[in-house]
Amino acid sequence: MKHEFVMLFRIFICIFLLCSSISASAHSHTALPPKKMEWPFDGMFGTFDRQAAQRGFQVYKEVCAACHGLYNLSYRNLKDIGFSDAEIKEIAKNYTLQDGPNDAGEMYDRPAMPSDKFVHPYPNEQAARAANNGAYPPDLSLVVKSREDGANYLYSLLTGYHDAPTDITIMPGLSYNPYFAGTQIAMPPPLTDGQVTYADGTKASVEQMARDVTIFLQWSAEPEMEHRKSMGLKVMIFLVIFTIFFYIAKQRIWKDVK
Amino acid sequence: MDSKTNNVNCNKSCSIIEWIDYRLPFLSFLKHLQHYRTPKNLSYLWSMGSIAGIALVIQIVTGIVLAMHYTPHVDYAFESVEKIMRNVNYGWLIRYMHAVGASMFFVAVYIHIARGLYYGSYKTPRELLWQIGIVIFLVMMATAFMGYVLPWGQMSYWGATVITNLFSAIPLVGENIVTWLWGGFSVDNPTLNRFFSLHYLLPFIIIALVMLHLIALHTHGSNNPKGIDVTEKDTIPFHPYYTIKDFVGFGVYFLIFAFFIFYEPNYLGHPDNYTPANPMVTPAHIVPEWYFLPFYAILRAVPSKLGGVLLMFASIFVLFFLPWLDRSPIRSASFRPLYRISFWLFVIDCLVLGYVGGKPPEEPYLTISRIAATYYFFNFFILLPFISKYEKPLPLPSSL
Repeated sequence: MKHEFVMLFRIFICIFLLCSSISASAHSHTALPPKKMEWPFDGMFGTFDRQAAQRGFQVYKEVCAACHGLYNLSYRNLKDIGFSDAEIKEIAKNYTLQDGPNDAGEMYDRPAMPSDKFVHPYPNEQAARAANNGAYPPDLSLVVKSREDGANYLYSLLTGYHDAPTDITIMPGLSYNPYFAGTQIAMPPPLTDGQVTYADGTKASVEQMARDVTIFLQWSAEPEMEHRKSMGLKVMIFLVIFTIFFYIAKQRIWKDVK
Repeated sequence: MDSKTNNVNCNKSCSIIEWIDYRLPFLSFLKHLQHYRTPKNLSYLWSMGSIAGIALVIQIVTGIVLAMHYTPHVDYAFESVEKIMRNVNYGWLIRYMHAVGASMFFVAVYIHIARGLYYGSYKTPRELLWQIGIVIFLVMMATAFMGYVLPWGQMSYWGATVITNLFSAIPLVGENIVTWLWGGFSVDNPTLNRFFSLHYLLPFIIIALVMLHLIALHTHGSNNPKGIDVTEKDTIPFHPYYTIKDFVGFGVYFLIFAFFIFYEPNYLGHPDNYTPANPMVTPAHIVPEWYFLPFYAILRAVPSKLGGVLLMFASIFVLFFLPWLDRSPIRSASFRPLYRISFWLFVIDCLVLGYVGGKPPEEPYLTISRIAATYYFFNFFILLPFISKYEKPLPLPSSL
């Protein structure tokens, strides 16, 4: 048996070396790998930094929401990141949506309620494309989950805009961003220093806003994360004890088998 | 059997359980576990069968609950899955158990198959047992493929498009078959509906096949790490010895399972599947789930579409003939020095195929996949018959 393990181990090393040399050569023409950031939601005990998530919501509301929807979320969900019922009512009231038909058969506009989903910035995809040079701003509620290394990618993208190298011709209407696949992105640089005024006095640098909105969108993609991780710990502890007990029982039952 | 004799003579002192058992021998079936003799030297690798059984049960239970909240319609499927994740109580847990559970099921089954290969469990008198297992594996693959389509994300849609299009390679009637499979002229709502229906049906067919698998298993009993026929004194009752040992295996399995559910639930999936399906936008790389990657690599290794499809199906169907390709009467690789090497080379070959299957179809991956696919068939059609003819096995022990 030992012989096989040694052999298997050697083989794995060979495969690993092969793979790493291949992947090193394959990535040179595509987008830059995202910056590696440290996030409060990382790891087995990760949580959402509620202050940061609330600031991130402000960035979303004042900047991103002009073009990007947050379709899978309702206003009431904001309670998870520490907004009170009254605050959520206030937030929702600022949006108008079409409801109906009423008893007279008419559609009518009304202010949004906490139970409503986040109101879309555009009535439909065509309207969104018409307003954005043909590009369709994706919905952000799952953006962190729908991109490889999502949180780092989003942060890198938001902070990654800079002037294009001289050998790259930027198409009209596009911006250079080395973290975007193809390096030319239809979204103009969305953040500038001091663009929002944080209520808690935090300085609104591009990096700070990018970090805050990433934390907010991480929450919007996986609102169950804190619950999931804390439950996971209990389940794992239970299973370790379960396994040890059964192992002891197994040893006792098997002790006469020669 | 003794309970029957009891019952024939049982007049007044007949318990309810005995009364029932005389008419429906349920208790006798449970007693079968106690009387069922098992070789005493089975390692934890032999727990993989019951672990796979548990994995099937978990998939069915979580799947039935998911189906209560899921909507199989192209306009609502993606949204209904997000509704499960966000608004159904513990919906995220049930869905992650189901999604991670599929991967864990394949892990268990692949180890189970590899164990069968290493210890020659496919050899006489267990050929049918092995073949039923391969049928189970095929039905599992179909079930998993259709299940992956249901969330109606980008990979669901494009995976379904690529795989169903394979049938267009069939000469003359290929295109008609694809239209028939789709229920239309592209992957669309009728396709999603029938995939949901079949995804719900096939697991129950797997249960029936598992029963056949168990009947075949219990006819001649388990093989064992030494691969020799056992006598009564080398065996112990399945219960309590292997029930308790299997529980230790379950514990370890559940620990790994729980780690993925709670801490890396999307590690084994593809991020693109959190983008709703869009027939107008093709993802940069369409890749199937990890457990299909070796077969996907074989498919793409062949420049002709029909050739690729045939070779891919052949790579699974060849397993049906394994008991006759490997003619050596010795089962366990422990006593077959050359076969042991060929086994590990084959495992590596499958890992290499899996790796290149996940890469874009370009150099150097194409060349690697061609070499690895060639080796895959070389192993079965040339190496195994050759080894089993010329290998000098080590002396077999006379008992465990």
